[in-house]
Amino acid sequence: MQSEPAGPAAGVCCRSSYDCNRKARCPYPHRVSLIAAWGLTKRFGDFTAVDGIDFEVQRGEVFGFLGPNGAGKSSTMRMIGCVSDPTGGALRILGMDPSREGTRIRSRLGAVPQQDNLDEELSVAENLYVYGRYFDLPRSVLRARIAELLDFVQLTERADDQVEPLSGGMKRRLTIARALISDPEVLLLDEPSTGLDPQARHVVWERLWTLKRRGVTQVLTTHYMDEAEQLCDRLVVMDRGKIVAEGSPRQLIERYCTREVVEVRTHGQAAAMADALRRLGESPEAPAADTPHERGPSSDQLYERAEELPDRVLLYTDQSERLMAQLGGVEHESVLVRRSTLEDVFLHLTGRSLVD
Amino acid sequence: MGRAAVVPRPRLAIEYWLLAYRRRWKGSLLTSFLSPILFLAAMGLGLGSLVDAEVGSGRDLGGLDYLDFLAPGLLAGNAMMLAVNESTYPVLGGFKWYRTYMAMAASPLRSRDILLAHFAYMAFRVTLASFVFLGVMAAFGAVSSPLAVLAPICAALCGMAFATPTAAFVATRTNGDNFSTYTRFVIMPMFLFSGIFYPVSQLPVVLEQIAWLTPVWHGVRLCRALSTGSGVEWELAGHLGYLVALILAGTLLAQQTFTRRLYE
Ligand SMILES: Nc1ncnc2c1ncn2[C@@H]1O[C@H](COP(=O)(O)OP(=O)(O)OP(=O)(O)O)[C@@H](O)[C@H]1O
Ligand SMILES: [Mg+2]
Repeated sequence: MQSEPAGPAAGVCCRSSYDCNRKARCPYPHRVSLIAAWGLTKRFGDFTAVDGIDFEVQRGEVFGFLGPNGAGKSSTMRMIGCVSDPTGGALRILGMDPSREGTRIRSRLGAVPQQDNLDEELSVAENLYVYGRYFDLPRSVLRARIAELLDFVQLTERADDQVEPLSGGMKRRLTIARALISDPEVLLLDEPSTGLDPQARHVVWERLWTLKRRGVTQVLTTHYMDEAEQLCDRLVVMDRGKIVAEGSPRQLIERYCTREVVEVRTHGQAAAMADALRRLGESPEAPAADTPHERGPSSDQLYERAEELPDRVLLYTDQSERLMAQLGGVEHESVLVRRSTLEDVFLHLTGRSLVD
Repeated sequence: MGRAAVVPRPRLAIEYWLLAYRRRWKGSLLTSFLSPILFLAAMGLGLGSLVDAEVGSGRDLGGLDYLDFLAPGLLAGNAMMLAVNESTYPVLGGFKWYRTYMAMAASPLRSRDILLAHFAYMAFRVTLASFVFLGVMAAFGAVSSPLAVLAPICAALCGMAFATPTAAFVATRTNGDNFSTYTRFVIMPMFLFSGIFYPVSQLPVVLEQIAWLTPVWHGVRLCRALSTGSGVEWELAGHLGYLVALILAGTLLAQQTFTRRLYE
């Protein structure tokens, strides 16, 4: 399918967009989306990196893009940041069209790219200064804001140090501070905490939380499920350029996963044990077929799906107690029952682990 | 503070280049001094004494000493070399290694602001180096007209006539593999065959006519006329026009290739 002008989905306001001027006459519920995309597409030569995706981001929301490597998250983020021209579909940011008003849009965005592009020869403060100047902020304003931001990302002591020798975590925090220099309405964060140690990640999350409380709309991509669960109000899972699921973390877990997961560990013979477990699952009635995506109404099955890992088998179930009672008949090392997480959803939807 | 007040301007990005220059101005000025000293001493004094003894202040050099003939030519040639240096790796680096351009592109700056800012900085570097060059020339006694103070400007124009199309080309590259071929087989021959070391009339007619097309020949003629105070106005206007036209064409080309690269 070619990039047809992406109309709004049926049942949604004609523009679904920030600047809809037909509010009064529009038959559909009007929603004010800060960012809206219909059939958004990005091709590099013959290769389609983003394959006609639709999404909307509301003001004040933290919206996440999840997906395996190469899913098209960064390509999408770059289009939202108006640094990459869409090859198809429609995109509205703050009610404006990036192809015509990129400059005005960018003046109200702050972007943290996946790959840091700080100037390593300049000092920490100078990096913030020059970037602020790109936004035409006066020197007097910048002086105060730099001090404030350095404090915000805990880099005040390093203000006059050159950037090059800073640790990865410090550089990331500086990049976030830099994205905030223009006091943006929307913050775009492409893997803000990748490569950071747990401590530094928590610092970053805490800062992002603070921004959320201040009402800054955030769009982020991440490979960390806990990050997505903690930060995102709503998220989409992308795979091979397409959106395969959408919702709040809780909704996604409810829709695509059972309530609990029983992890059965084995002495390195997962395959044999998986067979035994499969027979166990079959006993009451028809086997729990590995139906992808939406799960049906829960039945009498002991478990819905089994996932075989090298050292254990994961059983997705709503009836962990009944299942546990039956496990005695299968030889295993240990059993663990836990709540389903976003990671389970992710594994299920994309058929692979996030960080590959 | 009005949000709509953001008007992107190249000057906002020029500040970045100047700040970065502050970190390396010492080394860069030292090079600007040493390179004309070496060239003028070796070729102007060393080779020049031979040439002057053989040819005398002959017709072929327009009645000039070899040093007086050579120095303004080198001024233009040096500007070309410097401009090519500044518009190859630093430009690729802006896209690829340092990603300076990418950082700028995420701000309200447009591709034209980004490239004009870098061009302005290159012009500044080349002009500065050319004034230093002129100072060294004067110290060697190779300047005979007050008009010579305009020569560095013309040298910078000559440099930018190279820098702008070179940057346009570099913006289409993903690596620097071709750069040394370009310097060795495009730039170096121009340095050698465009009237810096001898008048192009000494060359076979075909080569002479090719030399007329090279920007550096026009730069050399301009600098020499200004430094020796012997030029025909309309001819100089022609040289200037040629260089300015090349700069405009190079800038337009760069606008295209930069935009494609920045927003790919
Ligand atoms: N400039 C480009 N030219 C050609 N192909 C590209 C370009 N940028 C991205 N791609 C391709 O598009 C696909 C999506 O890349 P993208 O960077 O958007 O993925 P991603 O979801 O951000 O992955 P990761 O999690 O690894 O960052 C990849 O296959 C990548 O090779
Ligand atoms: Mg990415």
